[in-house]
Amino acid sequence: MDRSFYISPSPHIKDSDSIPHIMYWVVGALIPAGIGSVVIFGSRVLWIIAIAVVVSIMTEWICQLILKRPVRALDGSAIITGILVAYNVPAEVSWWIPAVGAFVGITLGKMVFGGLGYNPMNPALIGRAFLTASWPLQMTVFQTLPANGTLSGIDLEGIDAISSATPLNMFSQVREILLNVSQYSDRIDLITQAQVVETRLYDSTMNLLLGKIGGCIGETSVVLLLFGAAILMYKRIIGWKIPFFFVGTVAFFAWLFGGTRGIGTGNPLFHVLSGGLILGAFFMATDMVTSPVTFRGRIFFGIGCGVLTSVIRLWGGYPEGVSYSILLMNLATPLIDRVTLPKKFGGK
Amino acid sequence: MFKTNSFRGGTHPPEDKSRTEHLPIENVPIPEKILIPLQQHIGAPAEPVVEKGAGVKTGQVIAKSNGFISIPAHATCSGTVTAVDLFTHPLGNRMLAIEIENDGKDEWEQKQSRALSIRSLKKDEMLKRIQEAGIAGMGGAAFPTHVKLSPPEDKPVDIILLNGAECEPCLTADHRLMLEQPDLIIQGMRIMMKILGVKTGIIGIERNKPDAIDTITERVRKVKSIRVLPLKVKYPQGAEKQLIKAATGREVPCGGLPMDVGCLVHNVGTALAVAEAVSVKKPLIERIVTVTGNGIAKPKNCRVRIGTSFRHIIEFCGGYTANASKLISGGPMMGIAQVTDAVPVIKGTSGILVLDRKQAFLRKENPCIGCARCVDVCPMNLVPNRIAAFVEYQKIDKARRLGLIDCIECGSCSYICPAKRNLVHYIKLGKAVWNKTQKKAQ
Ligand code: SF4
Ligand code: SF4
Repeated sequence: MDRSFYISPSPHIKDSDSIPHIMYWVVGALIPAGIGSVVIFGSRVLWIIAIAVVVSIMTEWICQLILKRPVRALDGSAIITGILVAYNVPAEVSWWIPAVGAFVGITLGKMVFGGLGYNPMNPALIGRAFLTASWPLQMTVFQTLPANGTLSGIDLEGIDAISSATPLNMFSQVREILLNVSQYSDRIDLITQAQVVETRLYDSTMNLLLGKIGGCIGETSVVLLLFGAAILMYKRIIGWKIPFFFVGTVAFFAWLFGGTRGIGTGNPLFHVLSGGLILGAFFMATDMVTSPVTFRGRIFFGIGCGVLTSVIRLWGGYPEGVSYSILLMNLATPLIDRVTLPKKFGGK
Repeated sequence: MFKTNSFRGGTHPPEDKSRTEHLPIENVPIPEKILIPLQQHIGAPAEPVVEKGAGVKTGQVIAKSNGFISIPAHATCSGTVTAVDLFTHPLGNRMLAIEIENDGKDEWEQKQSRALSIRSLKKDEMLKRIQEAGIAGMGGAAFPTHVKLSPPEDKPVDIILLNGAECEPCLTADHRLMLEQPDLIIQGMRIMMKILGVKTGIIGIERNKPDAIDTITERVRKVKSIRVLPLKVKYPQGAEKQLIKAATGREVPCGGLPMDVGCLVHNVGTALAVAEAVSVKKPLIERIVTVTGNGIAKPKNCRVRIGTSFRHIIEFCGGYTANASKLISGGPMMGIAQVTDAVPVIKGTSGILVLDRKQAFLRKENPCIGCARCVDVCPMNLVPNRIAAFVEYQKIDKARRLGLIDCIECGSCSYICPAKRNLVHYIKLGKAVWNKTQKKAQ
């Protein structure tokens, strides 16, 4: 009665965690911010998210069929890409915008490289970059300000109010005026106006926290984003290093150079809470596939993202730089990993 | 309080020791047939000195050691040699082994004398007795013990560590041994310390065995030179280099040996064998094996003669359960899956583990998602994901530069990987390829 046995290399037990398990936790952690967004912007948001998610899954599924690869479209990663694409567009966009973003993100951002694990850059950010480059107007129209948004009451004579309704946009223009006061010497009213707006912006911290401001779908409710991120940290799905150093660097630069009255007069809190920084630092920069694996590498990565974001925000032509910074750092990830190899046990 | 230093990395697989940790060791009757492989240790295989048909007694040398880094093999029962041939070995492959038919009398070649006083023995005499007893490390690596105890002049050893960590899940053989025969273990340790003139002995035990910690601490209370060190429960706490780091803070250099930092590590079972060999000249013919897992009807800690087949021992433990599907020699993390239960227990066999169908189910490998968990858990501070990838793409040289050779094959990386990548398997393959190219180059 010779029995036959399974044969495999050791170890013969494995941790129960799996890729879908991790991915669905991330999906779950993104949901609170989505619900918040629906409350703030209305049910339209729900449709945008649904469209992006469905298109992501379908695109991945079809690609895997065409490429004759194992079909894993439901492993959760495509859902994350869909949600993140939706979170990165304004609530007012036409319905086909999230669809195109998701399609481009999955195809050009992921499947052309061989699918999950082989993509050098965050697929959702590829989708967003494509959309911003192709339809800049659609991507920056934040017409419907949230109902109770305090900023909607500000009279911004001389400032392009309509297309600049995100706090960062306003800040960028106000700062431009205040840093070049001499050019506007004939427009004292404008300068006073800008100063008022600056104060109001800095006073709006509470609204930034709760999301009662203009912005992309997922960028707004900082509290809910942090709640989701806390769950992921507790589950050890994301680490603290990348977000900590990313946010910390941005705060430092904002304090040092972001002010209008000289070095060290900036308001770091405003910079940290506005725009896509929290969403980017906790949910996109931490993407496992495209961030470094080494201890020191993750720190460098976070600092790099922070420096690039600050440079773009403060001196670049764009009010927001989070997504481009992450994309650039994604490209640097293999190099970072190579130069930050940990010291081997017993090594010199 | 003792300090509970540890090492960086490591992981926490389920300990799964409750099945057998409270069960006293039972003696398994000697089977009808015993099979003694000639290679049970690292080094040159022993050379047979008996032929088919020869009559042998228990403890008689049936294969002599072949050089310094080699040990003899002894008959572990009395009876008749029925074959000297190739048999399936628990480490894989077919290797030369001697088969003995048991006559049921268990007649010893040499009467076991009462314990001699070890005080009068010279160092060389003690080493000779250890080699003659055929002792190899019983924790798994199976390096001849007398060789380990003869470090070169320029590598002075000042600390001897006994490894009672038993960090491998499921296994409880060392644990039971420490509870049931603490005096012999301590005696063995003192002999080894005497051989090397070492003044410090540390017995490392993981904190999940408080009874063993208490028992041994109690026995060494009056011995100034030996102390017990409770260790953090973490895999692989019992790995040689990690144990030294935890106990002494010393780090064995890459490619180096414990003696490079003045340490020697021995398993508690080895210490016991040393005590018996030196005091009563008893050869190493039996060992403790934990027989456990969902696939075993009545898990037990067993004292078995070397050469007893897995099948015989499993039958002693009530046989297989209905869904037994995978047979492993050793523990779940580093053990080796077996094709057949006809393989014999050898000197390094610490456990027999049988998994059920659900546990044996092989999960599909997915591409690495860069989660960095393998990097975080690697006790050698390597980047297993990249080493494995380089091996996969046959870039052995690049893999080697990342520390391929430094991997201690603990399996922590494969265990934790959510993509179910067999990282340590690739690394072992890479090592094998590298060794081959090295040999060719010579
Ligand atoms: S690479 Fe080697 S030493 Fe590191 S965790 Fe994997 S098996 Fe253990
Ligand atoms: S644990 Fe697995 S998935 Fe994670 S980085 Fe290592 S190899 Fe990749």
